[in-house]
Amino acid sequence: MIEASKKKQLRLLACRVRQLVIEGTFNAKCGHPGGSLSMADMLTYLYFAEMKVDPQNPKDADRDRFVLSKGHCAPALYGALALKGFFPVEDIKTLRKYGSYLQGHPDMKGVPGVDMSTGSLGQGISAAVGMALSAKLNKKDYRVYTVLGDGELQEGQVWEAAMFAANKQLDNLVAVVDNNNLQIDGTIEEVNSPYPIAEKFRAFRWNVVEIDGHDLDAIEDALNAAREQKGTPTVVIMKTTKGKDVSFMENKASWHGAAPNAEQYGIAMQELTELYTKISEEA
Amino acid sequence: MADAVRKATRESYGEALIELANEGKNIYVLDADLAEATKTITFKKAYPDRHIDCGIAEQNMMSIAAGMAACGNTVFASSFAMFASGRAFEQVRNSIGYPHLPVKIGATHAGISVGEDGASHQCCEDIALMRSIPGMTVIVPADDVEAKQAVKAAAEIDGPVYLRFGRLAVPVVFTEDYKFEVGKGAILKDGTDVTIIANGLMIERSLEAAEKLLEEGISARVVNMATVKPLDSALVIESAKKTGAVVVAEEHSIIGGLGSAVCEVLSEEYPVPVVRLGVKDVFGKSGPALELLDKFGLNAQGVMQSAKEAIAKK
Repeated sequence: MIEASKKKQLRLLACRVRQLVIEGTFNAKCGHPGGSLSMADMLTYLYFAEMKVDPQNPKDADRDRFVLSKGHCAPALYGALALKGFFPVEDIKTLRKYGSYLQGHPDMKGVPGVDMSTGSLGQGISAAVGMALSAKLNKKDYRVYTVLGDGELQEGQVWEAAMFAANKQLDNLVAVVDNNNLQIDGTIEEVNSPYPIAEKFRAFRWNVVEIDGHDLDAIEDALNAAREQKGTPTVVIMKTTKGKDVSFMENKASWHGAAPNAEQYGIAMQELTELYTKISEEA
Repeated sequence: MADAVRKATRESYGEALIELANEGKNIYVLDADLAEATKTITFKKAYPDRHIDCGIAEQNMMSIAAGMAACGNTVFASSFAMFASGRAFEQVRNSIGYPHLPVKIGATHAGISVGEDGASHQCCEDIALMRSIPGMTVIVPADDVEAKQAVKAAAEIDGPVYLRFGRLAVPVVFTEDYKFEVGKGAILKDGTDVTIIANGLMIERSLEAAEKLLEEGISARVVNMATVKPLDSALVIESAKKTGAVVVAEEHSIIGGLGSAVCEVLSEEYPVPVVRLGVKDVFGKSGPALELLDKFGLNAQGVMQSAKEAIAKK
């Protein structure tokens, strides 16, 4: 169990990440809020409780690495990086605008703290595998984390990477599957079901942990278990709600790649502000 | 030329990798179950801990190479040209090209000289694909001497490089004092009536053609353009100005390769007649490599004919 004050702090930070997702996509008038909101708790835990990263030294050779394999959810990554101190929070408003370094999908050349350029699904996990392999070959003890969408599992390259990572015994690698059950064209079952996900990864000889992706204690337990695991990579399959904590976005595929208008922005920010206040006032 | 030592540039690739590691260069070599054919097997024997076989999964291999490069490693990723540039095009474009990572793609078995395996394995589109990626350096060495230097030069470039090697043993045309420089063409033989710009195995054929053309009273300049990108535009333009007609000879489709690159420069900077000699928008076929090259017109006779066509258009 996470200590109470730390947990409260993480919950507040996750709420702030969600506010920045809304802020960024509203100002950009486009972007991907749904899947950004679903992984906000995991991302918050990774950047504020799990990974060894230093905003003052973003290229430290020994840092832990993060690859956003579901690169379209950059708004959440940028939110976490900004709150961590990699760049000014104010810059979130420039998301996707011409001249901004906050490109529509993560650009490692332009954004401090982004370890890999992603956006084309299926490639990020392979790059993360390459980073984990590098740690082994270069005799470094950093760990590598990547988050995939559940729809992304339809990409064949994911399974090429999964096979390779297990064969190379990359126990320094954690892949997180954001199982919000929705993709652009509908539910993942309707489109092309990747289920059963856990059994597939087990068949590929991964250590599999299944959790509620909005339960910070469960996230901590999963990542601690991954750390203890020797000889195999770990996949954390987390059940999440697409659009989490914004009432009208929750469980709606249509919010995969659409920005809130002014009225919706107002409602979303009010809901998230109320949530923030509620968490703040908890004992 | 007939008596020259023959060696496939893929052999040179494997040997140069060992030399690089021997010199203390921190490199890793990836392959996709083709180490015996790409000749990275020779490197694997010398440096087993630095060779990683990714199995038959070229897309994963290219993105793994990108991840390794993002962690500060110089990575050579090897497969047949068809799979390295074709199967994994989008991984090369997005995982390697977009972040400009130092991954060196060692692509062997390029062109129709693959021979008996036939069209599925005879990649004549790789140069077109690779040179369209921003920041990608594209090199097509002609022989053993140039191939080894190109591998070493590629290792020093802070960005992605596509190296194109052949399966067929080709004569060693350069002496050891030849100096390959990335982005620089080399005048191998000077002439005044026409310029033959070539690379890869068409260098041997172009030199032979130039000799025979001279017997017919035609003076041809032969330029080795091993680096297709960045192209030595200055030398292309200077050659066009001097000779007034250009032939481009390559073992690649006439669409998108060196011929296209030369035309792009000349059409904007100094238009002169250009004849592109290459694979004419068709797929390859099975057959012995040398016989195929003759059937597709990729021989000295083809170069001579192209030279005369170009001169006639002046």
